[in-house]
Amino acid sequence: MEFKTLKQLSDGLAAGEFSSVELTQHYLARIAADQNTNAYITVTEEQALQAAKAADEARAKGNAGALTGLPIAHKDIFCTQGVRTSCGSKMLDNFIAPYESTVTQKLNDAGTVMLGKANMDEFAMGSSTETSFYGPTRNPWNLDTVPGGSSGGSAAAVAAGLAAAATGTDTGGSIRQPAAFCNLTGLKPTYGRVSRWGMIAFGSSLDCGGPLTRTAEDAALMFNVMAGHDPKDTTSMDVAVDDYTAHLDRPLDGLRIGLPSEYFGDGLHDGIRSAVMAAVKELENQGAVVKEISLPRTELSIPAYYIIAPAEASTNLSRYDGVRYGHRCDDPVDLEDLYKRSRAEGFGDEVQRRILVGTYALSAGYYDAYYRKAQQLRRLIKDDYQRAFADVDVILGPTTPSPAWKLGEKSGDPVAMYLEDIYTLSVNLAGLPGLALPCGQVNGLPVGLQLIGNYFDESRLLNIGHRFQQATDWHTKTPA
Amino acid sequence: MSLDRNEVEIVAHLARLKVSDDQMPATLASLNSILTLVDRMQEIDTSGIEPLANPLDATARLRADEVTETNHRDDYQRIAPSTTDGLYLVPKVIE
Repeated sequence: MEFKTLKQLSDGLAAGEFSSVELTQHYLARIAADQNTNAYITVTEEQALQAAKAADEARAKGNAGALTGLPIAHKDIFCTQGVRTSCGSKMLDNFIAPYESTVTQKLNDAGTVMLGKANMDEFAMGSSTETSFYGPTRNPWNLDTVPGGSSGGSAAAVAAGLAAAATGTDTGGSIRQPAAFCNLTGLKPTYGRVSRWGMIAFGSSLDCGGPLTRTAEDAALMFNVMAGHDPKDTTSMDVAVDDYTAHLDRPLDGLRIGLPSEYFGDGLHDGIRSAVMAAVKELENQGAVVKEISLPRTELSIPAYYIIAPAEASTNLSRYDGVRYGHRCDDPVDLEDLYKRSRAEGFGDEVQRRILVGTYALSAGYYDAYYRKAQQLRRLIKDDYQRAFADVDVILGPTTPSPAWKLGEKSGDPVAMYLEDIYTLSVNLAGLPGLALPCGQVNGLPVGLQLIGNYFDESRLLNIGHRFQQATDWHTKTPA
Repeated sequence: MSLDRNEVEIVAHLARLKVSDDQMPATLASLNSILTLVDRMQEIDTSGIEPLANPLDATARLRADEVTETNHRDDYQRIAPSTTDGLYLVPKVIE
């Protein structure tokens, strides 16, 4: 049962094969028995069983929707009323959110059951879920390797059968990369498509919430609920929402797929190249037409991102001062000492590093050379994409240059870690939607391909993902 | 661009972070390796390019200038570490 899709579980609930309470108890028992992944920071057993009971009652009254009674995990970046919301940080270890994020509220309203809050890189800063205050999450496919980050807890929970699906957030690849490492489908929506209200801010012009699921069909089911304009978020876009399940079966005849030459050059693992090209072949078999394209500023997305994201993070994290939130140092000698020691003790190394880089990039004398320059490059990167979309419908490439690496292998070298984001960062800088899909394995570790769409074209990405998954079985594979 | 210890101390002060003497060598090394990475931006001529702050070139919407928020004092005080008589208690740091 634990490796079934949302759709299969929903059908099982509708057919009366099991109740939501039974399903929830099943997942809670698996979570309690798990000694390996450290996928959860907080398990909300009592609330989950209450929500499951309410879902069963709603179903008995004929009020069940597609997600009613399905147990999911939420990344611990989403505020959930009355539940610890730590963002993976000591700074917020004792923070009980007094309100509910829009994303989790919408999923609650749809009848989903929150099993708990999933582990993550501290304040979503990381590509491996090793920077969490609560310890690293391990990849269920190989416990010596990382699950990716920053939504690594969410991905590991779903991959290990500890949740039927999960929410994640993606600032530079944090849904797509863990999806690739854990053999899941991960959707990073268009910027502004999903409300950021109640999602603890990292990079305000980059952050996007999205689903981590077993299939594109499941992603469409969740995205139907998550997407939409939110008056409470002034960056939320007031653009009509599609029915994302309605076009999943659309044929791919004539679909124009662009392969960026820069995504297949040196640095890409041969096994990943082979798996992605085999996927391209499958899509060609279904009628797609492939064309080589160029995204010449791809490499520059790394320096541009690692200025813009830390700059925005340094601003967003200035609110954590030892007074208004969470951790506070002992016996401060004066107000400045209170701020400095509380922040130094409350934030981990990677967060402090990014705050320092961001503060430097925004400081007088360096603003033009770093922050303004990075934003100018950001426009060039966006322009490259727009030129490409004049000729193709979607862009396809690998999600990551290598499969999951060993725990600790890159944690001492931030630059080595940053380079792993080469294929995902530019999508966030441009604000485009991206979908990661399982497409193969290398040495027993999953490989993900990435589809990049034009603005608000998530429906097309999910359609291609679904058609691909109808013809392949990579997404059905589970860890030993 | 390369930072020295004095510059890191200035940036840390601006960021209100305490970097101890023990941490300074590692902090300096990692910041300078990151700056070496990001300095690759300088190779590109961006003169005349308008900076892009929002990927959709959008600006934050304004709402009507009306009070819509309700008082949440009780909700917030319930989860605060320490309160008394409707006030939040924080460490005494200003004499």
